[in-house]
Amino acid sequence: MWFKNLFLRKFLASDCNEAFVPDAKFKHPDKAAEIKVEDFNLWFGDAHILKNINVAIPPNKITCIIGPSGCGKTTLLKSFNRLVDLSENVKMTGSIRLGDEDIVNCSASELVELRRKIGLVPQRPTPLPMSIMANVAYGCKIHGLRRIRENRRIVRHYLKVVGLWNEVKDRLRSPAVKLSIGQQQRLCLARSLAVEPEFILADEATSALDPVSSRTVEDLFVKLKEQYSIIMVTHTLRQAMRIADYVIFIYLGEIIEVGDAKEVFHNPKHELTKKYLEGAFS
Amino acid sequence: MMAVTIISIAFVFVMAIGLYFKSIPILEEHSLWGLITDSSWQPFKNHFGFLPFIMGTIWVTLLAIMIALPLSLMTAIFLTEYAKKRVKKFVFPALDILASLPSVIFGVWGTIVIVPLISDNIAPIFSGEFSTGYTVLTAGIVLSLMLVPILVSLFVELFSTVPDDLRAAAYSLGATRWQTAKNVVIKKSLSGIFASVVLAISKALGETIAVLMVCGCLPEVPKTLLDACYPLPALIANNYGEMLSLPLYESALMFAALLLFIVVIVFNLVSRIILKRIETK
Repeated sequence: MWFKNLFLRKFLASDCNEAFVPDAKFKHPDKAAEIKVEDFNLWFGDAHILKNINVAIPPNKITCIIGPSGCGKTTLLKSFNRLVDLSENVKMTGSIRLGDEDIVNCSASELVELRRKIGLVPQRPTPLPMSIMANVAYGCKIHGLRRIRENRRIVRHYLKVVGLWNEVKDRLRSPAVKLSIGQQQRLCLARSLAVEPEFILADEATSALDPVSSRTVEDLFVKLKEQYSIIMVTHTLRQAMRIADYVIFIYLGEIIEVGDAKEVFHNPKHELTKKYLEGAFS
Repeated sequence: MMAVTIISIAFVFVMAIGLYFKSIPILEEHSLWGLITDSSWQPFKNHFGFLPFIMGTIWVTLLAIMIALPLSLMTAIFLTEYAKKRVKKFVFPALDILASLPSVIFGVWGTIVIVPLISDNIAPIFSGEFSTGYTVLTAGIVLSLMLVPILVSLFVELFSTVPDDLRAAAYSLGATRWQTAKNVVIKKSLSGIFASVVLAISKALGETIAVLMVCGCLPEVPKTLLDACYPLPALIANNYGEMLSLPLYESALMFAALLLFIVVIVFNLVSRIILKRIETK
């Protein structure tokens, strides 16, 4: 529609130097909360995937979950926002708390709000079947923020945060799938950030990207940890060493070692961690 | 292989040409425009107006799609997004059986169940007059029930191809199941949904026996849903082989077939163009 484009042009030309304040709906609590996992067990059917997980994930840090393939890293990550529910025959016991709220034992409506607080950047970028603008604004829209002006302000801000604004500002209405893979991944990050989550889960978020895009996303995470807490599953030890502040090493569904990244990488206490870091198995 | 393909495509042209040649006598006597806009069908008086049949076909097809589309979309969404495996295990075979039932059974069922229902319960509410129950509405309902299992299977197939990662992306933003289904699953499958509806409409346009049994077969342009109608396929099936002693009658029926043929082909071509547009969007 021509008038829609007129508004869009006006918006693009408008002053964009005003300081961004998120909507009151999406304001972070004054004190950043941590995720606390207590006696958490998870089964897929009869298979016991996660065993007695007890860990506290500190706020405003990058926490890397490392471990060999099939050890339950991604399952643990997806338990934090209960995306494991998408699989059939899942059984969970124990608790995962974000602040005072229990993620494992909450109602469906509480879960919707909890999921907003815990964003996800998937392994492969998953742009929703809509325009670039609609993708970023989607989360705000489903949480009831429908004012166009406000949404556009949000879109602009978060596209700038992920460094995509200059690349896409002239084609905000074109389908998101037309972006390159690296751009799509940053768009997914902007989409997650737009609902102001407290935690960001990243499931091997750079594994599908080329080295340059991968580095860009990595740098973004480092920048973002001032405001958000990031939990990352990664296969690349080098990446974990570069950016992790805190490390969780999992083996066969059990936490073997947890601690400060420097400590775990340079001074591992457990024999298995040592072997894994040396590359004895992967 | 190539030859077989060419032969099967050639059949379409042979059919069109055959129908055209058979329709020449009536086209020589009446103008094409006159034939499709005249609403009087009196073969004994040499009046061959096809408007009642064309309108009958359009009414029944549109009504059937309007009933079947929301019903099948909701069913498919329920089956792919909400239902547990146990439910799916029970529903899928039932749908397959429904889809493979011969249309005459739907016709009989319509005559036994829907016709009295409309005549005794629905018609008295909406129009004070007596209704036989053989109406556009009856034909629309019966036809929609034939379309539902086909559409549901197609939609379920479509929705299952939407990657779970996309659903996960929506859920992780705090979307509910319904929001995910509406904004992600249906939106992603839009071109497929359109193609399935086209397929269903093509089937509805040509559906003969079940419609013929419940439509009332009255060659008049229906004015309300509670009027009888007479779609093109029913006309051909009912009358071909009879009254062929009448001059031009056979040619008129062949023209009806040609009309149906052209409508289906044009409809398919147009929808293909629209589909291309949706896909490139």
